[in-house]
Amino acid sequence: MIQTLISLFIIFFQLSFLAFGGGNTIVPEMQRQVVEVEHWISAQEFTALFALAQAAPGPNLMIVPMLGWRIAGFAGLAVTSIANFLPSSIITVLAMRAWNKYKDHRWRPVIQAGLLPMTVGVIASTAFILVGASDKTPSATAPETLDYSWGLVAITAIAAAIAIRSRIHPLWILLAGALIGASGIGQ
Amino acid sequence: MDVEEAPAPGQDRPAPTVFELFSAFLQLGLVAFGGALPLVRQLAVEDRKWLSPEEFTDTLGLCQVLPGGNVINFSVAVGARFRGMRGALAALAGFVAVPTVVVILLAGIYDRYQHNVHVGHFFAGLAAAAAGLMVSVAWRIAVPLRRRPVSIAVALTFFVAIALLRLPLLPTMAVLIPGSILAIGRFGA
Repeated sequence: MIQTLISLFIIFFQLSFLAFGGGNTIVPEMQRQVVEVEHWISAQEFTALFALAQAAPGPNLMIVPMLGWRIAGFAGLAVTSIANFLPSSIITVLAMRAWNKYKDHRWRPVIQAGLLPMTVGVIASTAFILVGASDKTPSATAPETLDYSWGLVAITAIAAAIAIRSRIHPLWILLAGALIGASGIGQ
Repeated sequence: MDVEEAPAPGQDRPAPTVFELFSAFLQLGLVAFGGALPLVRQLAVEDRKWLSPEEFTDTLGLCQVLPGGNVINFSVAVGARFRGMRGALAALAGFVAVPTVVVILLAGIYDRYQHNVHVGHFFAGLAAAAAGLMVSVAWRIAVPLRRRPVSIAVALTFFVAIALLRLPLLPTMAVLIPGSILAIGRFGA
């Protein structure tokens, strides 16, 4: 248990420093560590928990306390939250103080422009990994392997298209996807 | 809470107390579904008049460059601006308190019902829609890069490294971020 908590602390402490461009950039690495390296939960469960965290109110990093809770109960929740939220918060406070000092530095826009494609690449990776994990169900012929299920692929595609083209609140899209999914069509 | 009659610019606005910061962000955590940013702006600029629109944009820009969740960083930055480290912690704790309870309840529901076929289908549909939303976010932030060849090349390199090769994020960033900044500083975006 202590070993698990130490591992959780190290993983989420590191991730805190890497979340450039918002919380979703660290989702692929979080998934890699929690699912592929530590085998605490399956890829399917990770994706389901991520979706539930998205449906919850508040910041989009709520997957962090949720994973801590799922893996190691209340202690896990406290460890992942503190390890993940505190370092970036301290950096923010310090940066706030330095910000005005370098407000007009000529490298600032260059650094911002240099970070942007990184954010795009990592967010696209997050989308790619989530699609791969969430649109597959156990194969009918070989239940231990996973195949894409057309019903879920359709939900993803329609949700993406609607979210790109309209300003509809994301919560309605999540609810509609869940209800269409509940019908079991195409799964 | 104090409501100012006129939104006087500059130092005339009263600074919120530590408790006001906590309670304002606690309320925000209660209602901020699916992307808290518009509601954060409503709170800080329109309702409480803690920040002018320019200060809001400036602070948010800083929060986006720094590691961490943008909105989490923003709550910390606003707290720190008025009440230092204590204000930062109060705003952060208030903001995540309610959502933390909610995700514990949701995790419990998932744990209990995931093997029920109908609930399983429900969660599968939810996850598929969440994946679609993430595709839309990726699309939205990728569109501004369409006329920037160097930026596109950097974004694709990151995608191959993280999504396809599943390389660890830390060494990938350590190599590619300085490379990206130097390339864009030298050749333009």
